Amino acid sequence: MLDTKTLTHLERLEAESIHILREVVSEAEKPVMLYSVGKDSAVMLHLARKAFYPSPPPFPLLHVDTTWKFRAMYELRDRMARESGMELLVYQNPEAKERGINPFDHGPLHTDMWKTEGLKQALNLYGFDAAFGGARRDEEKSRAKERIFSFRTASHGWDPKNQRPELWNLYNARKNKGESIRVFPISNWTELDIWQYIHLNDVPIVPLYFAQPRPTVERDGMLLMVDDDRFPLQPGEEPVMRSIRFRTLGCYPLTGAVESEAQTLPEVIQETLLTTTSERQGRAIDKDAGGAGMEKKKQEGYF
Amino acid sequence: MSDTTTMDEPIYKTDALIAQDIDQYLKVHEHKTMLRFITCGSVDDGKSTLIGRLLYDSKMIFEDQLEALQSDSRKVGTQGQEIDFALLVDGLAAEREQGITIDVAYRFFATEKRKFIVADTPGHEQYTRNMVTGASTADLAVILIDARKGVLTQTRRHSYLAHLIGIRNIVLAVNKMDLVGYDQSVFDAIVEDYTEFATSIGITAFTAMPISGFKGDNITAASANTPWYNGPSLIEHLETVEVNSATDADKPFRMPVQWVNRPNLDFRGFSGLIATGSVKPGDAVRVLPSGKTSKVTRIVTLDGDLEQAVAGQSVTLCFADEIDCSRGDVIALADNPPQAADQFEATIVWMADEEMLPGRAYWLKIGAQTVTATIQQPKYQVNVNTMEHLAAKTLELNAIGVANLSTDRQIVFEPYADNRTLGGFILIDKISNATVAAGMLHFSLRRAQNVHWQATDVSRDFHARLKNQKPAVLWFTGLSGAGKSTIANLVEKKLARMNRHTFLLDGDNVRHGLNKDLGFTDADRVENIRRVGEVAKLMTDAGLIVITAFISPFRSERDMVRQMMQPGEFFEVHIDTPLAEAEKRDVKGLYKKARSGELKNFTGIDSPYEPPQDPEMRIDTTVMTADEAADAIVARLIP
Repeated sequence: MLDTKTLTHLERLEAESIHILREVVSEAEKPVMLYSVGKDSAVMLHLARKAFYPSPPPFPLLHVDTTWKFRAMYELRDRMARESGMELLVYQNPEAKERGINPFDHGPLHTDMWKTEGLKQALNLYGFDAAFGGARRDEEKSRAKERIFSFRTASHGWDPKNQRPELWNLYNARKNKGESIRVFPISNWTELDIWQYIHLNDVPIVPLYFAQPRPTVERDGMLLMVDDDRFPLQPGEEPVMRSIRFRTLGCYPLTGAVESEAQTLPEVIQETLLTTTSERQGRAIDKDAGGAGMEKKKQEGYF
Repeated sequence: MSDTTTMDEPIYKTDALIAQDIDQYLKVHEHKTMLRFITCGSVDDGKSTLIGRLLYDSKMIFEDQLEALQSDSRKVGTQGQEIDFALLVDGLAAEREQGITIDVAYRFFATEKRKFIVADTPGHEQYTRNMVTGASTADLAVILIDARKGVLTQTRRHSYLAHLIGIRNIVLAVNKMDLVGYDQSVFDAIVEDYTEFATSIGITAFTAMPISGFKGDNITAASANTPWYNGPSLIEHLETVEVNSATDADKPFRMPVQWVNRPNLDFRGFSGLIATGSVKPGDAVRVLPSGKTSKVTRIVTLDGDLEQAVAGQSVTLCFADEIDCSRGDVIALADNPPQAADQFEATIVWMADEEMLPGRAYWLKIGAQTVTATIQQPKYQVNVNTMEHLAAKTLELNAIGVANLSTDRQIVFEPYADNRTLGGFILIDKISNATVAAGMLHFSLRRAQNVHWQATDVSRDFHARLKNQKPAVLWFTGLSGAGKSTIANLVEKKLARMNRHTFLLDGDNVRHGLNKDLGFTDADRVENIRRVGEVAKLMTDAGLIVITAFISPFRSERDMVRQMMQPGEFFEVHIDTPLAEAEKRDVKGLYKKARSGELKNFTGIDSPYEPPQDPEMRIDTTVMTADEAADAIVARLIP
């Protein structure tokens, strides 16, 4: 495979990500991997298994759960934890649970409490000082400027004006007590890189990425899947079976599907390349607060 | 501007292969390589527009993004009704409001041959740190010039920084050619200007191209608007230029150890990213700084053992022997290892608001090694606009300087020019943990250049007492042919007869050795005297009586040497022979040569001599012999 001295783009991206994972494990006191069960998390987990093989990755997986993920996500999550030999921590914000916060009745509060608050609580509870996340710089504009090592104050705030310069592949992981780092090992991967890597390495992903007939309803221009009986149907609303798949995965009531016949990975990639809308378009979260939705969320502590 | 062609072009011209044969398409794209580059230019050079154009032309913009772009272009754009590509890449909210880019942003696009990572760096003077950051990982730099403005101060600054950080591939993109009517003479004049400057700072090669980011000329294909240009389009060039990791693979093997992999007692592997060279099972390797050797037995990965691994890959190596090896060590080719040292000269780019404090302890991280380092007062600071060397006591935010530094223990290193991984470092403030500087090692300092003062038990006074004398410098100055060497020689003989320990420094024994790199320009004459002064000072520390015989034409350097010495130990002796008399003697025939123009910068002829105003002694050679003069000097020194 190495007849040529020039590595392919995926080989270079893989090597860079592995380097980052190993630096954090060497320099942080208590690292953790935030595992969202999506395709980016799948690649990040696979890279971690490569980085430390034959040892299992020397940190736990943390799933900040909202209780509203697709059922297929919970299944893959538990399977991957078993196969990788890693400890799986699942955290659900007790206050959100008690108040019954849900995406149907509470709008943006759902994301704030389950995800943003839930994440802060979990990091504080376990005392993690470094958390791997699967964000990519090509996802949206404010991510493009984020460092690979992103510092958070003791209150988990992010100051885009006060980031440490990152030179060569030298990462400064030093921090004061209470501060933590979010580390993004796949910063430089694009959506297509992710798909190609999954394809070449047979990385297990949630079947929802492949098209199948699934019960759906259409709301506000979004195609939603009725994944369980908590989905409140409006009068006269009937789930319709459509052949759909998902480009990103989150809470099922907030994640829009696309109609598709793509049942294999090459077909999914084919559709991705031929499509004319961006990946995050199916997510409601970016549309808050005009064009700067994600940036505002990050300053508040969203991953 | 009524032209709106950019709006009417098909948004998405995907590769036909995607629809026809996706498996074949994927195969082609599995073999892409990767190029990282930076774009440098100011807001006005059309940098963001160019990047937006690259994303747009390589189909990285989706319909929903394009819709947003079109509505934004009308609202806040600067291009009237046309698409403002700059809005695609200007990210954070505050920047959007100000309409400027203020940080390093990374963008991605791909062609069939390559994936590209673009570091978008700002052009403002105060953001040197961002450009250096973006450039540190780049294989190539695109220097943007506004065709209407030509080579500006900032062009020089960007080029200097790109060259400083070691980027060998430089593209001079003369942008906005549409606004100068695609005039070849404008392009040629700019290239000529730039060539002159580039050569002066050591850039030996660059590729110049006339483009318009706004109109798309020579971006993906040759433009009909510039029939006089036969070179590649920007994309063609970016697709074919050689990347750093390819050149790194040809160098000797080096891998900093990041992590020791020890899942159980039967397995011990050393994990790291190969910096240079390649490695195979069976290779003899050396672990540094310990110097212990072993053989590589396996290259372990999750996908099975490898037969070979090259620069740019992250691997885990196993050895045949149980030798000590831990994080921070460097594994290298056994018979060609790098060196370890603890004192260096380096270029430092200061990146923090608080200025550098010479003597303060900082963390220095290089490869996987972290040590404590102290930096000396800079030798000089570089004015990044003019490349002048300026005297500096410290370095402030965005300042670049050269200084010596020392580390509390030895680090394995190579000069930055040979190896970015083992030569590039960051400095970290020990209190705030901020990354305060980036640096590039030039070379290690030899023992003689030790930056620390060594406290010695045998003191200066002890040296002198041992020799039973008082150290002194007899500094002879005067025109060529005045008789300095003759008299100095006699003085030394007389002192030797009195059992005094002496040493005579003259032009002959210094210019042929210590100062053989110096000529006779004013600057070299100054440096010549400075070095002689330093040597004389060391000799007085050793207790010697030093006699020097140099023309030393300038008052300020003689005064400088006087300041170096202990009070009362410096005797300035003016060997005062009038020019006419010295020229009449012309012992070595030099005046004749100088008069004929054969010899340049000759003191008294075409280079000035500044006689001492208040010397310890003045010897008038027109009224006494050399022997009488020597007696008078000895009598003055030892009454």
